[in-house]
Parts: sequence; C-alpha cells; structure tokens
Amino acid sequence: MDKIKTEHLYFYYGRKQALWDINIAIPERHITALIGPSGCGKSTFLRCLNRMNDTIPRTRAEGKVLLDGQDIYSPDTNVVELRRRVGMVFQRPNPFPASVFDNVAFGPRVLGLYSRAELADVVEESLRSAGLWDEVKDNLGQDALSLSLGQQQRLCIARVVAVKPEVILMDEPCSALDPIATLKIEDLMRALSTEYTIVIVTHNMQQAARASDFTAFMLSDAERTGQLIEFGPTADVFTRPRDKRTEDYITGRFG
Amino acid sequence: MRQTPRVRWGEFAIESLIRVIGFSTVGFVIIIFLFLLREGLPAFAQIDLDNLFGTRWYPTFDLFGTLPLILGSALITITAIVIALPLGVATAVFIREVAPNWAREILKPMIEVLAGIPSVVLGFFGMTLVAPIVRETFGAPTGLVAFTGALILAYMSLPTIISVAEDALDAVPKLYRDAGLAMGATQWQTIWRVVVPAARSGILTAVMLGMGRAIGETMAVMMVTGNAARMPLGLDALFRPVRTMTATIAAEMGEVAHGSVHYHALFAIGIILFVITFLINLAAASTMFRKRRRGGLR
Repeated sequence: MDKIKTEHLYFYYGRKQALWDINIAIPERHITALIGPSGCGKSTFLRCLNRMNDTIPRTRAEGKVLLDGQDIYSPDTNVVELRRRVGMVFQRPNPFPASVFDNVAFGPRVLGLYSRAELADVVEESLRSAGLWDEVKDNLGQDALSLSLGQQQRLCIARVVAVKPEVILMDEPCSALDPIATLKIEDLMRALSTEYTIVIVTHNMQQAARASDFTAFMLSDAERTGQLIEFGPTADVFTRPRDKRTEDYITGRFG
Repeated sequence: MRQTPRVRWGEFAIESLIRVIGFSTVGFVIIIFLFLLREGLPAFAQIDLDNLFGTRWYPTFDLFGTLPLILGSALITITAIVIALPLGVATAVFIREVAPNWAREILKPMIEVLAGIPSVVLGFFGMTLVAPIVRETFGAPTGLVAFTGALILAYMSLPTIISVAEDALDAVPKLYRDAGLAMGATQWQTIWRVVVPAARSGILTAVMLGMGRAIGETMAVMMVTGNAARMPLGLDALFRPVRTMTATIAAEMGEVAHGSVHYHALFAIGIILFVITFLINLAAASTMFRKRRRGGLR
C-alpha cells in the first residue's frame, strides 16, 4: 500500500531548478531512506512532502504529491492540517527552550487539549514510544536544553509522535549525534515503523543499509539537479543495483 | 625602516588620544554623580527625613515631601508601560513575523523617525490634541492629568520597546519556527507559543529600557500633567493632575536661591531619580546578561 506518491514532481528555488521529474511511491508503515551526494535534492524532496519549503520565499513546486491519493499541492489543501498528518524531525535537535513536559505537550495543546491529566497521559505515552521515558520520568520539569543531544533528538521525536501523525519525515536526524545515540535512534525508527510511515534522509550509507526497508538514490548531473535514479527494496539497491551510477555511489567511487 | 619610529609614535599618540577620550566619558559620568551628591546630600541633613519623605511639597512653607513626586513619576511611568508594552510587542511581532518585506522596509525607518521627535513637540501635541480628548472622554475637569502624561510617555517609549523587542524576536532561531510549523501549529500559534516566549528576556529588557526612557522624560510630561504636587492616591488619581520628579526640578530650579534648602532639596530629588533609573538599567542589563549566558534563550 502506497502512502505517498509523487507524479512528475519538479521544484524550483527562484529560477534554480532543484528537483527533476520525481516519480516515487513510498510504502505505508515502512522506512524509506533517501541517499545521494550533497546537493542532490534529498532534503528538498523531503521538505516537499509536508510543504515546509513553503516557508522559503520564491519557491515553486510543479507536479503532484499524493498523500493517500490526495494532492497536497492542490489549492484547497489545508497546510496546517497536512503538517499534523506529516510530522518532521530536523537535522539539528531543536527542542523549544522550555521543560521536557511542555515540549511534548506543545502539539496536543495546539490541537486544543488542555486537561492536565490527559496531557500527562499523552506526554508519557509519547516519551515511552520515543524510548526516553525512563531517562526523564523523574524530572519532567527540567529544561529540555539540559538533555544530551541524543536525548534532545529523541525528545523531538516524542514531540512529533504526540501529535499522532501518519508520516514522520526525518532530515538527517543523526548527523549531529555520536554512534551510540545514532543506534538508539535507528532502533527507535524500527519500532515506530510498525505504526508510522517513515521517510529519512541520510548521508550515511551504512545507516540506510541497516535501518531502512526501501532506498531511493538521488543524483544531480550537469543539466538536471535532483533526479531520482533508482528506488527499490534496500537489499536490492545495495546488493544488485540496476543503475551503474547507483553502483558507483554505493561502492564509494564518488560522493 | 627609518620610518618605523615615527609610525610607532603616531600609533602611540592616536592610542593615547582615544584612551583619554574614552576614559573622560566615563570620568564625566562620575563627576556628574559627585556633583549631584555634593549639592543634594546636604538636603538629607538640613531637612528631617519625615519632612523629606512626607506627603506635602510646599517649598515656600519649608515642606519638602518628595513622596507625591515619586509616586507621580511612578504612576505615569507604570501606566505608560502598561499601555506601551502590548502595543510595542504587537508592533514588533508584526514587523518581524507578519509584515511583507516592503512594509517592513517602510515601517522600520518610520519608527526611527518617531524616536527622533523632540519631546517638546510631543508635549505640544499632548496639550492641544490629547488633553481635550481625555477631558471630554473621561469627563475630567481638566485634560492636563496623569493619564494624558501616560499616553504621551507611552508614545515616547514605543520606539525603544519596538526596536529592542524586534531584535529579540530576530534572534530566535529559525529552527524553532520550523519546529512549530512542522507540528501543525498555525503561524499565530507558532508566534505566540514559540517565538515570543523564546524572546521573553529580550522583551523584558525592552520594557526596562522603555521605563528608563519614560521616567526620565521631563518636558512633555511637564506640559501635559497639570503639575499639582498632590498624592496620587484613590481610584481617580489617573484623571487628576499630578507632578513628577523631573518636572519639579525643571520648573523650580530656575527660580531657587543658590545654596538654599530648597536648592539642595531639588538636587536630592535628582539623586533619588538617579538611583531609580540606575536600578532599572541594572535590571535591564542583568536580564541581558542572563540571556547571553543561556545562549540567547529564555
């Protein structure tokens, strides 16, 4: 079952073309990794899926991005509603300068949940599913910025989970983290993938190989920035790539 | 190579000059303060403290109660800030977060112009335009009352509050905005629940600086508050004439005999005012300091 499908998706920053004719079908409740060298458009593509690129002036998308068959770029799309369904975790952990509790409770409060008891339940549940509960349960009032970076990133995941989205986008979530914290996030992704569709951008090919179900390889050439070269089950992409360029990249011949 | 010594002398001369100028600026502040103490401290010896902090200011009858003046200043300053804070923060939010680029380019210089209006012009404006409106709207016997002064002061402290608050909002990392938006918060929810709280220490500093600006203001206040040195107590105090510390000094200093008790009393008011503004600035600086230590947050 495909959760997200793009049809002839092109994207522009002003006059600069950044994505070229992307056609992909991202399966539901699996982990899809986007790999490719810097500047190949993976983050741009990811940010198209919840329209975060809208916050950058003078950008433009062409083509379709279908979420459950609905085009999210159609004029009657409610972007706020869309982002509740498609959550996002950023490259650098970005908890708000507030307590752990208030960070996780942010989303539910925005949705209009104010009862202290219900909030406490949602916060506990979200922190548990982000694997952070045992580390912070004794002091939910502590400043989120006093946590380690790895904990902060899991807090950001808990914050997204608290809104109960359908899709979680992760933009190089481990690039600021040490290897142990990285492994924790990968385990967490695996656990979350039973309930959520996860799309992750990563620089790290080992991470894509061990932590994802499907892999998309993107590349830019001289004329066309941001092309999708190959997409398939991770095992196939890494062991018998169909495209010569994919093979060159994963064997480390460039990039 | 032969020129090296001359270059060094030039360097030395310029460095010394700059150093002297720099230190002299600080030196003048100290000299002013010492002068203020020399002229003002005798008042504390010559006048009973009961009298000096009493409720009646009638110098001709040797009554030097500064309390009505202190409370007068406090009343209109606090009222001014209560009016200016929401307006100033809302304006800063609008300029920084909501306004399109072209509007921002127009608004920012206009606010700087606002800061440059001479206070006597604002006083004139207050006297001829605001005072009649206050009189008619609130049914006060005269329009020259504390509330009119507070309105003018609020207007005068707005540019300070807006520009400092705007800097504070600008310093909030884009990551926070992104996080808010990406979780399905609307633009307003992101502004009020994420950006403004993250900038709150800067906004507090803005308020402190605005207060410092308001409490030291003299001319405009003197022109519009009616200048009656009465205790501003009771619910209608805002709609009665009031007199501030600054207005008292400005109005009476020209007519007082040099070296008299009255003369020293006016300087004593100056000391009190100096201490109050110093404390406000100290509070503003400490919030700024705390903000820096915490990496721009809270």
